[in-house]
Amino acid sequence: MANQRTNVELDRLALDQKFNARKFFLKWEWLLVVILLAILGVNISASGGSFLGPQFFGSTNNFMDKSFLVLSMTFVIILGEIDISVGSTVALSSVLMAVAYNAGLPMGASLVLCLLVGTLCGFINGVIATKFKELPTMIITLATMIIYRGIANILLEDRAAGGFPDWFQNISWGTVGPVPYSLIAFLVFAVVFGIVLHKTRFGRELYAGGNNRIASLFSRVKVDRNLLIAFTLNGVMAGVCALFLTSRMTSTRPNVASGYELEAIAMVVLAGVPAIGGKGNISGVILSVFIIGYLRYGLGLFNVTAPVMSIIIGLLLVGSVLISNFFLNREKKLKVR
Amino acid sequence: MKKKWLCSLLVVMLLAFTLAACGGGEDKDADSDAGADTDQVAADGDVSGKTFAIVAKNTGNPYADKENQGFEDAIAEAGATSIVRAPEQPTAEGQIQIIEELIAQGVDSLTIVGNDVDALQPVLEKAMDAGISVSSADSGVNPDSRQVFVNQAGTTEIGVALTDAVLDLTGGEGQFAILSATSQATNQNAWIDAIKELLESDSKYANLELVKTAYGDDLRDKSVSETEALLQSYPDLKVIVAPTTVGIAAAGKVFTDKNLAGKVELTGLGLPSEMAEYIDNGVCKYMFLWNPIDVGYLAGQTAIALASGTITGAAGDQFSAGRLGDYEVVSAADGGTEVILGAPFKFDTSNIAEWKSVY
Repeated sequence: MANQRTNVELDRLALDQKFNARKFFLKWEWLLVVILLAILGVNISASGGSFLGPQFFGSTNNFMDKSFLVLSMTFVIILGEIDISVGSTVALSSVLMAVAYNAGLPMGASLVLCLLVGTLCGFINGVIATKFKELPTMIITLATMIIYRGIANILLEDRAAGGFPDWFQNISWGTVGPVPYSLIAFLVFAVVFGIVLHKTRFGRELYAGGNNRIASLFSRVKVDRNLLIAFTLNGVMAGVCALFLTSRMTSTRPNVASGYELEAIAMVVLAGVPAIGGKGNISGVILSVFIIGYLRYGLGLFNVTAPVMSIIIGLLLVGSVLISNFFLNREKKLKVR
Repeated sequence: MKKKWLCSLLVVMLLAFTLAACGGGEDKDADSDAGADTDQVAADGDVSGKTFAIVAKNTGNPYADKENQGFEDAIAEAGATSIVRAPEQPTAEGQIQIIEELIAQGVDSLTIVGNDVDALQPVLEKAMDAGISVSSADSGVNPDSRQVFVNQAGTTEIGVALTDAVLDLTGGEGQFAILSATSQATNQNAWIDAIKELLESDSKYANLELVKTAYGDDLRDKSVSETEALLQSYPDLKVIVAPTTVGIAAAGKVFTDKNLAGKVELTGLGLPSEMAEYIDNGVCKYMFLWNPIDVGYLAGQTAIALASGTITGAAGDQFSAGRLGDYEVVSAADGGTEVILGAPFKFDTSNIAEWKSVY
C-alpha cells in the first residue's frame, strides 16, 4: 500500500501550505490552463474569429449537460471509488419523467420526479456499496448500470417519448444575453461543490477517506456515511443532467446519455484526480470540462470524424495520466537507498 | 531526470499533435470561406463553392456508408464541397452536437438521417433560422424540422413491385398470403392497402386471390408460427409476400426447414445480408429493398436543388436529379413534403453476393 499516506503525513501536508512559488507554478492546473488556452486559440483561428462571438458561450451547450455529472463524480473518485451507472441513471430519470408527464402528471411535478429518481438511483448505489463492502463499486455500479437502463428499456421499448410544453425547451436552449442557462447553472453548482470540497469538514473527510480508509475509520471519520452521500449526490446530478439533456432534445428515449459515465470519468481523470483517490481539486475539474468540451467542438469545426476525435481525446488522457504520475508527483515517491 | 524529459517531450508532442490535427483542416476552412464570398455572385442553379453536409445515423454502418457515398457523388458532380459526419453512437444528442458545429461553420445545406423524429427539431429550426437549407433522407424528422424529406420507398411503387412479383411467381393465378409486421405498423399497412387496391383496380391481377394477411409483429418466433399456420390452413397457397425484413427472414427459415423450395414461393422486402442464404438455396427467387447509394444520391441532388433555389420544398416543385432523372416534390402522409426515390431495388441470385456484405 505504498500509495496510502498516513494521517500524520496528511497533517504535515496541511501545515506545509505556505506559499512556495516553485510548487505553485508546478501545479497540474497550470498545465490545464495552457492546454485550454491553446485549444481556445485554435478554435478562434479556425472559426475566423467568430468563435469569440456568441459562439464562445453558445457552444458550451454541447457539453454542459454531462458536465454536471463531472462535479459529483469528482467526489466519488476522490474517495477512491467509481460510479459507472450515471449514464443509465440519466436515461432512467429522463424516461420516467417523460412517461409520468404523458400519463398526466403536471410538468413541474415531473421535473421534481426526474430529480427524485436520479437521487434514488444514486442512493441505492450508495446503500449497496456501504452494506456489501466486499463488492467493488465498479461491479456494483456495473450491475445497476444494466438494471437502470433495462428499466428504461422496459418502460419505453424502442420508442421516443416527448410532447413536453414549449417552455420546457427553454431550460436548455434559453440564454441570458449570450450565456446559456446551463452554463450559469454549471458554474453555480461548481462553486457550491468547490466550497463543499475545499472548505468543509465533509470535504476534508473525503480526501482522508480516499487517502487511507483504515486510518480515517480510526480517526472517527464516518467513511460509510460519506460514501453514501457521494453516491447519492452523483444520482442527484444525474437527475440534473437528465433535465437539461431532455430539455435539449424535447423528447427522450431509453438510449440517451449512453457513454456519459465514461466521458465524465475522463474529465475527472484529466483534472488530475488519480483513480485511487485522495487528491485533486475543483478548479482542475472545471478546467478539464472546458478543455474536453471545447476540444470536441473545435475538432467538430474541422469535421474530424468521430473515431479520430476519440483517438485524440484518448491520447490527451493517456498523456495527462502519464504526466501527472511521473512528472508532477515524483517527489512523493519513496526513495530507496 | 530522464523521466522528466520524457514527459516534457510527451506534453510537447501532445500539443503539437492537437494543433496539427486542427491545423490540417485550416486550409479547407479557408476554402469554404472563399466559397461563401462567391455565393453572392453565383447564378441561380450554380452551387459550386457551396458546402453540403450530411449527418448519418452513426459511424461504422455499412448501409450508411453506401448512402453517404451516393450523397458525395451527387455533390461532387455539382462541383461543390461535401461534408460527411456521424456520431459514434446512433443517438439524437450526438447529432445535435454535430449540427451545432455545422451551423457554426456556416454550411449552406444540411441533410439529416434522423436518429429521432422530434428530438432534432430545436437544432434544425436553429439551422433553418441561420439560412441553411435543411432536408432529411431515409429516416425522417418531423415536418417542422425539415423543408423536404427524401423518401426511399414510395407506397405505390412498393405495392406495384410486390404485386407484380406475386403475378410472376404464381404464373398469373392462384392464392397468396401476406405476412406483415404488427397490425398497427404505418408503412406496412400502407403497402398492403396499395396491394389490395391494385388487385381490385387492375384486371391483370384478377386471377390472384389474397387469402389472408397474417401479423408476425416483427418478432422472429411469432413470424415463424404465423408462417407455419398459413402453410397449414391454405394447402394451395402459391406465394407468401412479407413486406417486412423480420417476416421474410423468418419465412425463409421455415421454407428451408420444410424443404419448400419450388413448391411455395417467397418474396417481399428483406435485408440482403439476412436473405442471401435463402436466395442462394432457391427458397426466395427475388426480393426487394431500396438501393442506399441511390437514396444518398437523390438526397444530394435534393439538397442541391434546395440550396440553389430550384425548389423550396413545397409540393409541386420539380427538379432534375442527375442520373436518376426528373423528380417532383409531393405531399407526405405526415403533413410535410417529400421526394420519392421510386421503385424498390430488386435482389436476386445475380447481385445478392455483392450486396449481402453491405447491409
